[in-house]
Amino acid sequence: MANIISDETIEYVGILAKLELSDEEKEQAKKDIGRMLDYVDKLNELDTSGVEPMSHVFPVSNVFREDVVTNGDEHEATLKNAPAAKEQSFMVPKTVE
Amino acid sequence: MQITERTALELGRMIKKKEISVREAVDASYQRIAALDGELNSYVTLDQEAAYARADQVQAGIEDGSITGPLAGVPAAIKDNICTEGLLTTCSSKILYNFMPTYSAEAVLNMEKAGAVILGKTNMDEFAMGSTTETSAFGPTKNPWNTGHVPGGSSGGSCAAVAAGEVPYALGSDTGGSIRQPGSFCGVVGLKPTYGTVSRYGLIAYGSSLDQIGPIAKDVSDCAAILEIIASHDKKDSTSVARTDCDFTSALVDDVKGLRVGIPSDYLGEGLDDEVCQAVLDTADVLRQKGAIVEEFDLSLVEYAIPAYYVIASAEASSNLSRFDGVKYGYRAAEYEGLHNMYKKSRSEGFGEEVKRRIMLGSFVLSSGYYDAYYLKALRTKALIKQSFDRAFEKYDIILAPASPTTAPELGKSLSDPLKMYLGDIYTISVNLAGLPGISVPCRLDSKGLPIGVQMIGDCFNEKAILRAAYAFEQARGRFLVPEIAKKNNANGCVCQRNADKCRGKETSFAAASAANGTESIQKTAADKEGE
Repeated sequence: MANIISDETIEYVGILAKLELSDEEKEQAKKDIGRMLDYVDKLNELDTSGVEPMSHVFPVSNVFREDVVTNGDEHEATLKNAPAAKEQSFMVPKTVE
Repeated sequence: MQITERTALELGRMIKKKEISVREAVDASYQRIAALDGELNSYVTLDQEAAYARADQVQAGIEDGSITGPLAGVPAAIKDNICTEGLLTTCSSKILYNFMPTYSAEAVLNMEKAGAVILGKTNMDEFAMGSTTETSAFGPTKNPWNTGHVPGGSSGGSCAAVAAGEVPYALGSDTGGSIRQPGSFCGVVGLKPTYGTVSRYGLIAYGSSLDQIGPIAKDVSDCAAILEIIASHDKKDSTSVARTDCDFTSALVDDVKGLRVGIPSDYLGEGLDDEVCQAVLDTADVLRQKGAIVEEFDLSLVEYAIPAYYVIASAEASSNLSRFDGVKYGYRAAEYEGLHNMYKKSRSEGFGEEVKRRIMLGSFVLSSGYYDAYYLKALRTKALIKQSFDRAFEKYDIILAPASPTTAPELGKSLSDPLKMYLGDIYTISVNLAGLPGISVPCRLDSKGLPIGVQMIGDCFNEKAILRAAYAFEQARGRFLVPEIAKKNNANGCVCQRNADKCRGKETSFAAASAANGTESIQKTAADKEGE
């Protein structure tokens, strides 16, 4: 059972992944994903009906805390690694005309 | 014996007894790094100035009694996906080439409280995605036992550094075997704790439900002592577990009488190298002779762990790595048109091939229409795998297994066939899916002179069982061999030019090249390095 990944699918996945792939990379990605899915299809041999999906290995519930600020003003530290910053904000390309 | 051949605990005792100073311990490691790292490339960033200042501070602390503990003053290295305040943390990726954390990971803070002196950051597969340390944007690390071979991965830099005596111990991270497999390839001990034991705060996430930080050292005692230091309940990591049984060194007892050891017979079949198989069976004999009860059993579902893992890990990676967008930190493309194009270009130029491959796969399996068929199916498979381990641990205290099907492959032979590389993780991956603790211990060398490691797996929160078994095995084995390269005398221990480049990281070379095309700049750095 070979998985064929279409051009449309690769385009769509590229949008979801926010990656810009060259034509060559797209072809390679089609092959890689197809081959990986062929392998992953092995899981269909397993009967998992009635099995709950396990996202966490221990039975943990959500961890809550009081909504109280415990850290100080860290805006300088937060901006320290920004590729571009201005007036205590991250600077990004103009998005609204 | 040279200082660099000492274990971390031995060094700690020598420092405590004033047989050597903290500065001398740091010197010994840096001299070894100067002599060897041009070839091995275990480190991506060194900070000698800070390390020596810290050495003096720790020395004073030991003398005035404010810093105590068995590893006070002992130098350490940190895998480059674990945040260290004021010390570059790149994940061996171009996209984080200049990232200077403004805080340290909880595990690092715990180490510092215990008097660790951090020498630098170790090389890894980019974002911990890989099994060879060849996907690093800063070039591959080489195996100290034979520099034509890989050290394994993704914590290859940490394991190679410890094996070569470039540091007494290091931290690694293990998502699918990234501590245990390179540990076995490099002839050092690597421990992946039960999920939730070490805080993941400050560990740059790859597969959050699988990631754990763990120790890498020369022997089992060191690993137990390090884990005792780094394990802690941390409110900043909501999956952190409050454990009251973290006295791991109490398990270092040479007694396995009555210990029930199971060997999965479905691990010993096709694909397993004969010499590795024999090493596992011989290890079983050693434990048996010491009074353990060893038998083979069927673990089942072995062949489903890898496909389930790659779906889950890729899905989590695609989500976790969406934060790298050229806005808050790291690399931003030089030219772009508008915001979305900037995201896309920064990410496409910043991430390497394997990382992009997993982000694409992860985005696919999470997309509507495929989510149930792939992602939920993998999570259901994970539940079944956990159940099969639960059944096994009703009968056995530990599971004995290979760490990897083979010893270290040659450099350059793995990346061309990713799927084949993934299959090499078969004995380590299910341990992460089930959240279990696992340790890999060097056993002996194969006919090519490369280390073979065996793996011991425990039930959740039962590190002590595997530490006891590993310790007992180690007592029978004796001190492990030292690679030839690490026996060389460091007479001309000058810090070479190349390491000047590593001081404060590779910021300069990448920054200069960041205007150019992504791939080119990486090649440029590689060429620069060869020239030095």
